Amino acid sequence: MKTAVIIPCFNEQDTICSVIDDILNNMPENEDRQIVVVNDCSTDNTLAELEKDGRVIILDLPCNLGVGGAVQTGFKYAWKNNFDFAVKLDGDGQHRADCISVLLEVLKNDEADFVIGSRFIDSRKEGFQSTFLRRAGIKFFRLLIELLSGYAPSDPTSGFRAYNRAALKFATLHYPSFDYPEPEEIVLMRKNNFRIKDVFTEMRERQGGVSSISLLKAVYYMFKVGFAILMVASRPREEDSV
Amino acid sequence: MRIQIISIIGSLIFTFFILYLIRRKRLKEAYALIWGIMSIFFLILACWVDGLTFVSNLIGIFYAPATLFLVLLLTVILIMIQFSVIISLQVNKIRNLSQELALLKEQLSRLEKDKK
Repeated sequence: MKTAVIIPCFNEQDTICSVIDDILNNMPENEDRQIVVVNDCSTDNTLAELEKDGRVIILDLPCNLGVGGAVQTGFKYAWKNNFDFAVKLDGDGQHRADCISVLLEVLKNDEADFVIGSRFIDSRKEGFQSTFLRRAGIKFFRLLIELLSGYAPSDPTSGFRAYNRAALKFATLHYPSFDYPEPEEIVLMRKNNFRIKDVFTEMRERQGGVSSISLLKAVYYMFKVGFAILMVASRPREEDSV
Repeated sequence: MRIQIISIIGSLIFTFFILYLIRRKRLKEAYALIWGIMSIFFLILACWVDGLTFVSNLIGIFYAPATLFLVLLLTVILIMIQFSVIISLQVNKIRNLSQELALLKEQLSRLEKDKK
């Protein structure tokens, strides 16, 4: 079983190497995991750091596509190179590599096609729980997504996700390719009959870099994502849905 | 009379300018449709003096020149929407090309490494 661990990154020179270390240090011995870093045209030394590191596959985009387009590049790589699973995590260190196995377990047991690592599923409230404003936004999206798709994701904006081969193939063609694709993707996958499951994963506060969502951008984020979710829900099923 | 001659000349220049751009391959035929319709509309109005008043009466606009502005505005809006659609299509194409390029770059560097 081959797994591609996809990390989209844009200006993550300070954290990317520790993220890679984290993944390699937490790799079970009998697992075949390949790290695929997608450099979304970073303007800092991210690419140089990656090349120096030498332990990862580097997909270097010639122009900045935004998270969605970058992640999709990783999916295309994983699909073309016959990986069985793909895990996607952020380059800022908030997703813990020791939780990758938790996500993969669900796929291996064939309990779902698409798994979301969630920090809210457990009442234990361990790890980083995010800011008040962000939590309010998350509640709003959970409600909206449940209303439109019948599925209530416990952590709709989490970027810590895993895909089996069917979901991977679908994502290479239909992944929301603009900014902030996460909530939209849940509606899309659900609409196209993929089995979704949330599992608890502890999260850290970001290790470096700035959140892609500043207070100023929050309003834009709510409108853009809310609107995109409505549009996805109103579209017919894709022809290649399962 | 003078305004009619001026508008006929003006709309002829406009029509030939559009045709010229298409002939020189500076403008794709598929995107020139709305411009073409617009130039024909100008030409008809320029030749048919009472046309504007006739159309205005037909749709219930009292001030005839307002009809002209209305039609112009609607045409411009249509063209802008067409531009948005074209831009969105091109964004998709650029995305696919960039992704393909990143994948090929990776493949190339792997092949070069294997060769050494």
